[in-house]
Parts: sequence; C-alpha cells; structure tokens
Amino acid sequence: MNTLLQADGISKRFGGIQSLRQVSFHIQRGEIYGLIGPNGAGKTTLFNVLTGLYTPEAGAFVLSGRSLRGLAPHEIAAAGIARTFQNIRLFAGLSALENVMIGRHVRTQAGVLGAVFRTRATRQEEREIEAAAHAWLDYVGIAAQANARAGSLPYGDQRRLEIARALATEPSLLTLDEPAAGMNATETRTLATLIQRIRSDGYTVLLIEHDMSLVMRLCDRVLVLDQGERIAEGIPSDIQRDPRVIAAYLGGAE
Amino acid sequence: MTSHATNPRAWLGLLLIAVALIALPFALSMAGTAWVRIANLALLYVLLALGLNIVVGFAGLLDLGYIAFYAVGAYVYALLASPHFGLHLPFWIILPIGALLAALCGVVLGTPTLKLRGDYLAIVTLGFGEIIRIVLNNLSQPINLTNGPQGLARIDAFQLGPVHFAKRDVIFGIEITGPMKYYWLLLLLLMATLVLVVRLQNSRIGRAWEAIREDEIAARAMGIHTTAIKLLAFAIGASIGGLAGGVFAAVQGFVSPESFVLVESVMVVAMVVLGGMGNIPGVVFGALLLALVPELLRYSVEPLQQWMFGRAVVAPEVLRMLIFGFALVLVMRWRPAGLIPTLIRTRMVAQPSSTK
Ligand SMILES: Nc1ncnc2c1ncn2[C@@H]1O[C@H](COP(=O)(O)OP(=O)(O)O)[C@@H](O)[C@H]1O
Ligand SMILES: [Mg+2]
Repeated sequence: MNTLLQADGISKRFGGIQSLRQVSFHIQRGEIYGLIGPNGAGKTTLFNVLTGLYTPEAGAFVLSGRSLRGLAPHEIAAAGIARTFQNIRLFAGLSALENVMIGRHVRTQAGVLGAVFRTRATRQEEREIEAAAHAWLDYVGIAAQANARAGSLPYGDQRRLEIARALATEPSLLTLDEPAAGMNATETRTLATLIQRIRSDGYTVLLIEHDMSLVMRLCDRVLVLDQGERIAEGIPSDIQRDPRVIAAYLGGAE
Repeated sequence: MTSHATNPRAWLGLLLIAVALIALPFALSMAGTAWVRIANLALLYVLLALGLNIVVGFAGLLDLGYIAFYAVGAYVYALLASPHFGLHLPFWIILPIGALLAALCGVVLGTPTLKLRGDYLAIVTLGFGEIIRIVLNNLSQPINLTNGPQGLARIDAFQLGPVHFAKRDVIFGIEITGPMKYYWLLLLLLMATLVLVVRLQNSRIGRAWEAIREDEIAARAMGIHTTAIKLLAFAIGASIGGLAGGVFAAVQGFVSPESFVLVESVMVVAMVVLGGMGNIPGVVFGALLLALVPELLRYSVEPLQQWMFGRAVVAPEVLRMLIFGFALVLVMRWRPAGLIPTLIRTRMVAQPSSTK
C-alpha cells in the first residue's frame, strides 16, 4: 500500500524527562491511524514534533517522500500537515468564519500591494477564501455560527471549528489531538461521523483519543505509546487484547 | 466587509463631512490662529496612532518606542532640507526616504524582539526608543550630524511648484495661511493612511496579524510565517510614523531630541488603547480626544480659575495630567476594550449550496 508519512526513531527529551524514545511508525494514505497511551505518554509531544513546534534530538519523518525534519511549523503546514490542539487554540476574538479564512492563508498569495490596491486578483482571491471558509463551516456543521465570536461558541462547536480551520489548509494529513475530550455522548457520536466522512472524502487522519470505544470504532490501526516508548501497534481488536497495553493502562493513574 | 455605499444618502453624508473637514481651518482661524496649528498637531497624532495601531492593535505587539520612528522621519527631513548641511531637497523626495528609513529601523528593532511578547517586548522597544533619542542627542561629535540637544532649526517649509507652505496667499480675497496648507496636506495623508489601514485590516495580511495577536502558536500551525508577518507590521507601522515625522519637522521648522521623549510614545499608546485597540474609528477618536482635550483645557482652565478665584490656583499643565490619568483609569475600569471596542466583523455572503 501507499505510505503517506514515515517516521523513524524520533526522540525528544525535556530536561530529565525522555518524552519520546526512538518512536517509529508509518501512516498509510487514506487510513485513520490512532495514537493512544496513558496520560503523559508523549502523544502530544509527538504531534508537536510532527508539526514543527518541537525539534527532535533524533529521528526523521518524511511526508510523501519529502523530509520534514527541521522545517518551521509554517513550512510543515504548507507541506500538508494540519492539526488541532488538545487545549483548543482558536483565534478566540475573531469570528468563526475568519478563523477558517485564516486557515486559507497558506494556500493563498495576496501581499501588501495586492491588499492596498485591491487588485482584481486580490479581490478574486478574497471571494474564494470567503466562499471556501463558508463551505468548510458547513462541512463540519456549524455554518449558522459563521459570524459568532469563536471564543464564545459552545465547546463542541469550538472543536469542530478547529477541524474546519485545519481542513481549510488543504492538508494531506489531518492530525487531531483528543477531539472528543469534554464532549458528551451525542457530540462524540456526531464527531465520529464527521471523522469518518473526512476519511471517506480522501483525507488521511492521525487521531489521538482517550475515548477507547471511539478509537476502536474509527481507527484502522493503532499505535500505543507508554512513557515515550512504542509498546504496540496493530488493528484495534488486537491492541485491545495486548497484555502490554492492558498493563500500561491499568498501571497508569487512570 | 467592503462598504457598498451605493445609498445616495450615505454619499450625501460623506460629501457633507468632506466639505466640513475641508472648510474647518477657516472656522478654526476665526477662533484664533493657534487653532489651525493645534488641528495640524492633532492630525499628526492621528497618523501616529494609526501607524502604531498596526503593531499594537492588529498584531498585538506592545511597542513602547514608537516615537523613535517619528524622530527618524523628522530628522531625515530636517537634515535634507535645512542649512545644517546646506541641502534643500524637495519634500516629495524626502518624505519617502524618511518613511523608508523608518521602516528599515522598524525591521532592525523588530528582528531581535521577534521571540518576545508582552512585558518583555514592551521593555525592549522602550529601550530602543530611548536609544534613538540619545543617539540624536549625542551625534554632534566627532562630526556634527544632528547638532545634539540644540536641535536643527530653520527647516524648509514644503514647497510644491508655486505653492509655498510658509507663505500666506490671498485667493479671491480669501486668506490662505501656511498652517492651512499643511492642514489640507495632512488631511490628504490621513485619508490615504485610512484607506491603507482599512484595506490592510480586511486582507490576508491583516487576518494573519490578527491571528498572531489571538494565538501565535495556532497561527504558526496554520501556516503563517509569523516572523515575516510581524516584521511587516513593524515596517509598515514605522513607515507611517516616519512619514508623519517628516511633516512634523516642516510644520515646526525646528526639531530637537526633546520632541521624542518616552512620554510621547506612551501618549500614542494611550491613544490607541483608549480609543479601542485594533478598531480604526476608535483609534482616530482616541487620538483626537487625547490631542485636543488638553488644548481645550489649556484655553479654558486658566480663564475659568481667574473668573472663580481671581488667580490661577492650579497650573493647566498639572490639571491636564491629572485629568488625563483619571480618564485613563476610568476607561480601563469600565471600558477595558477602549471607548470604541472592536466588534466581531460580520460578513454577508450567500451561503454556499455545495459542500466540499
Ligand atoms: N514543553 C514541555 N516542557 C517540558 N516537558 C514537557 C513539555 N511537553 C511535554 N512535556 C513532558 O513530556 C511528557 C509527555 O507529555 P505529552 O506529550 O503532553 O503527553 P500526552 O499527550 O501523551 O498526555 C510529559 O511528562 C510532559 O510533562
Ligand atoms: Mg496530550
């Protein structure tokens, strides 16, 4: 099959804490790849490495044949990895629509001169940005909130807005950091439907999730981290029975 | 987002405002010749506040050394159009040079501060503003570049063909003074600046600034090259300051480092914050308020005290700062987002029928 992302031997430490030890995995085009592990396992750290916020001490990662190691976050976004954050990071004071419009930044050109002289090309681009942003809000089901302040949206809508904003960057890999955290059962169900729809529309998804039933339902394959180490990988039904995984979860504080 | 002022009444309103603004110096000069000069200084402050608003209001970077760019523009004009070096270049050549040099200084200041935020950024920019002033104060040796604390005098007034900004003309029996000409020029510059900042705000670049202000990490993750976009804010903000500085030098005919002290930077920040950070009408209002109210006080407090007590009990300067400080505290207490806070920009666009 077709590999989208290949990561090899990624290590990251913070002072005395080795948050990631030689983590390797690959994600195939079109799959939903789960990343699980007890709290503090290093999942978010791995996301931060993949999106360029942290520089790993060792390891390499390659997206569609292109090495992304050492690139700045904005370059990685341009290369095609988009993310959401575990602790929602919206542009809270702007409207929902503008949040998604900002997601279009990396795929559009207009500079200062274009903006100041309102050239034909700029006006055309602005119309496209706005239309695309509306379409993405509609896609995640919050079109009615377009003009609402992002920071005052209900929690579940904020999570969806983050997904819309990430999708607006036209990623080849969409990474979601605990998108269901804090959602009730109904919200989680609609989120699951949304993630499945995103996949069936051709996107590849990397999903960190705590909600095991959600992971088991959605993911094609799952990677398990514990204390920065890869302890298992496989299809959900195997992972569920893996004694090391069970031990890691039972041994953890949760 | 664009104002489709196709409504004839809206056009009429705009026309009336335009006529009023253009006719204003005639009314002001009836109240006293000083008032046109005061209006000019107020317009300069509005320009400064609009420039600083790009950095503070749009990009959310607290800059306490902004007046340095005003100084750069003013000194560039003073050095290239005064007897100091015997250079007398036309203003339309010098103003762009000053704006460009100020922009360069903006980038030079911006670069080392890119990783700083909040208080730290404020302190570094404050230091930068002071450095520029101290350099101007001391560059009289070994070669006399700035003439030190004495400043530079006998700066040329603007001249454009037959129009000489220092001379008074009488056209059809109407007296046109020098300050009036500067007023109209400043009005023109203000309109151009307003178009510039409004268009920038509603653009891809403006949204990138606001993204950085709201959450820098999320902005980076969304593909915004935050370094470049922040430097752009510093550069454009600084160039507006530099441009205003050039006009200031010509209006005053004299510049010295004393005009560019820290309090001036603080004053411009206060204009932006008081009016409503990031909100263009708010910033214009804040600048006019803080520039004009002290002048009104100056002309009313003394006579009032004379009338009440028979003598001036409190010096107008003291009262000015007192009222100013008090007003600022009140505003921050009850309207922390400024007198005219930023509202969520709403957009009216036909909802797309298709989904992606
Ligand atoms: N910026 C940081 N500075 C110091 N330690 C960090 C930082 N980011 C993560 N860590 C540490 O790395 C470990 C893994 O954290 P994280 O990746 O957030 O775990 P998870 O997302 O799996 O719950 C934790 O021990 C955490 O304290
Ligand atoms: Mg985490």
